[in-house]
Amino acid sequence: MGLFGRRKTVYVDSDILVVGGGMAGCGATYEARYWGRDLKIVCVEKANIERSGAVAQGLYAINCYMGMQWGENQPEDHVRYARNDLMGLVREDLGYDIARHVDATVHKFEEWGLPIMRDPETGRYQREGKWQIMIHGESYKPLVAEAARKAATTVCNRIMVTHLLMDQTKSNRVAGAVGFNVRTGDYYVFRAAAVIVCAGGASHIFKPRAVGEGMGRTWYAPWSSASAYALPILAGAKMMQMENRIVLTRFKDGYGPVGAYFLHLKTYTQNAYGEDYEARWFAELRKTIGDYVDRHPVPTCLRNHAFLEEVKAGRGPIRMVTKEAFQDPHKETVGWENFLGMTIGQAVVWASQNIDPKHINPELTTSEPYVMGSHATCSGAWASGPADYAPGEYQWGYNRMMTVDGLFGAGDTIGGTAHKFSSGSFTEGRIAAKAAVNYVNDLRNNRPRVAESEITSLEKEIFQPLETYRVHRNEIVAGSVSPSYLLPLHGLQRLEKIMDEYVGGIGAHYTTNAHLLTRGLELLQMLKEDIAYLGAEDLHQLQRAWELQHRVLASEAVTQHTMFRTETRWPGYYYRADYPRLDDTDWHCFTLSRFDRRSGQWEMEKAPVYHIVD
Amino acid sequence: MPTFVYMTRCDGCGYCVDICPSDIMHIDETYRRALNIEPNFCWECYSCVKACPQNAIDVRGYADFAPMGHSVRTLREEEKGTISWKIRFRDGREKNFESPIRTTPWGSIKSPSDYEAPAAAAFKTQELAHEPDALHIDRLPTLAPDRLKQGLI
Repeated sequence: MGLFGRRKTVYVDSDILVVGGGMAGCGATYEARYWGRDLKIVCVEKANIERSGAVAQGLYAINCYMGMQWGENQPEDHVRYARNDLMGLVREDLGYDIARHVDATVHKFEEWGLPIMRDPETGRYQREGKWQIMIHGESYKPLVAEAARKAATTVCNRIMVTHLLMDQTKSNRVAGAVGFNVRTGDYYVFRAAAVIVCAGGASHIFKPRAVGEGMGRTWYAPWSSASAYALPILAGAKMMQMENRIVLTRFKDGYGPVGAYFLHLKTYTQNAYGEDYEARWFAELRKTIGDYVDRHPVPTCLRNHAFLEEVKAGRGPIRMVTKEAFQDPHKETVGWENFLGMTIGQAVVWASQNIDPKHINPELTTSEPYVMGSHATCSGAWASGPADYAPGEYQWGYNRMMTVDGLFGAGDTIGGTAHKFSSGSFTEGRIAAKAAVNYVNDLRNNRPRVAESEITSLEKEIFQPLETYRVHRNEIVAGSVSPSYLLPLHGLQRLEKIMDEYVGGIGAHYTTNAHLLTRGLELLQMLKEDIAYLGAEDLHQLQRAWELQHRVLASEAVTQHTMFRTETRWPGYYYRADYPRLDDTDWHCFTLSRFDRRSGQWEMEKAPVYHIVD
Repeated sequence: MPTFVYMTRCDGCGYCVDICPSDIMHIDETYRRALNIEPNFCWECYSCVKACPQNAIDVRGYADFAPMGHSVRTLREEEKGTISWKIRFRDGREKNFESPIRTTPWGSIKSPSDYEAPAAAAFKTQELAHEPDALHIDRLPTLAPDRLKQGLI
């Protein structure tokens, strides 16, 4: 609360509410306006859409571009690539859908003013790799935000959305969302006919390698607080493949990206003794996962596996051999600008440690695990597929609608679509928004209604941490130790420790088993109970409190899914030590979960995988 | 810190507070100037550094792994459409880079409602805004439904 008076309740009514103004949210907002000329379209964001989401600091490449105009790749090719990288398990209908539209998105970005590099010989976009094109993307996000602002009826910045609202008569239908303004403390009630969740994936659910000041330099942004998952989970939407966390091989400490180094600069890795180490571990891997190890390109998780085993064998550090490539001034410039464009912190680390890759081969490391839906991993909500070809089991309504009526998603929120990255997330936002416009138009006057009692009870729940702190603060002299409340950072550190030790974090060499997971769930349950005693000193801490609650719920989903899948599908991401083999007989399928808010129980089931048959 | 604010340069304008994606740049109530209230939630994304009209914000790398004495400074010039960088190593070596940030005037993107409204029939097709033209191919690709089957690949 501010200095003056009571908290206000602000009602914002719309036809389409877009939750989260990152790449997916900006795409959804833009497309919703194109099809819904007379609709009220509201985009709500906890930060400022000018610099929010995973692309806030920019990007140096667009990692999902087909190049269909030049016959470079077809959508089917991208599906095969993503399927291969994820060891067979992606939603091929959804992936194809993004791939067939993504080129138009990228062409629009260029028209809007995004500097895309060109190959001087062919005049085509400069390829970094088969799927990646190189950009000067420092202002990628401001540019996309400009398009979204032009399209939206209203952009509500600095509002943290905490819950979705449900229809008062039809329990499986969404009716809006609630949250609070992190500046004024006002309570916001968004009533909407359709909601598109475009929130962020999850950093900081596993303990990061840096636990001091540097805990902020996670690979995925520290503000990616799992709202992408918690919001649909609480609304009763089915989630898929939440066990599919990702571990990144990156430059040490800054987590600077390696894609341009491998693909464009042609640098390579070696162990402390100058040896190529990958092949020796792949031979061993064949015994547990079969011929997946022989596929090209080698799946990301398996390359991680070789890295991890080599380090465990005592032949670290693993280094990127840059000294040769960096003798070429052009490549040296690309190598540095690559960081300055998207991971400035890595340039800071190298400057601080006197690492000039022209003279020193820099160290690599493997990150703590993350849960997200747009990189070489695809956790997220279970969504309906495109009407023109999706199999019956993947089609129950509008494209990208979840298993809750009127609830759509895009970007990190939607599961099964690995390798969509920034351009694919924006594209998926567009796909979801066109479907949402059709949904709203088809509804006509049959709009959802929200019970006043739900609005009132959520208000109490949302602001409780401020009240808890206010009441109990004076029991103690000063400091952070109270018998009556936990601060959000306390809860976060407990969560990260549980996930690290029991669910396969760095401290456990990414390994877990049923016993560890069972104990992890018991400890998570106690953490969930303790969350009722969170104390927030101010509105900023109230935001942290709700980010923590979203992370805890997503973590519980990750743990339940990891328990359910009794095999090791993605060695290098995580290992079920009690089921060390890949098991295509029983587990060539998706895992689905549904959380029952009333009972607190999770229901698990399997869903079939459909492949594009050549 | 990672970001920190120089006392003599900051005038308390609050641009950094408005832009920070992590909500960690706040105005100190005593000094009426900005500060980073939660350095361990700073991504070193430089959004505040770029937004500061006084060049009052800098970065000192994370104390748990970055030795002191370095600097990575930037100047983002929207009118010129460029961003410049100066990297100074702990041992004093320097590197300089400059990149374009945008090829069109700021504010020039057209609203989707500035385009002709789509025909009624277009709503039930798979085409998105500006397609198929923006694809730069004749038509939007599709799959025959019987190409998706269960089984192993």
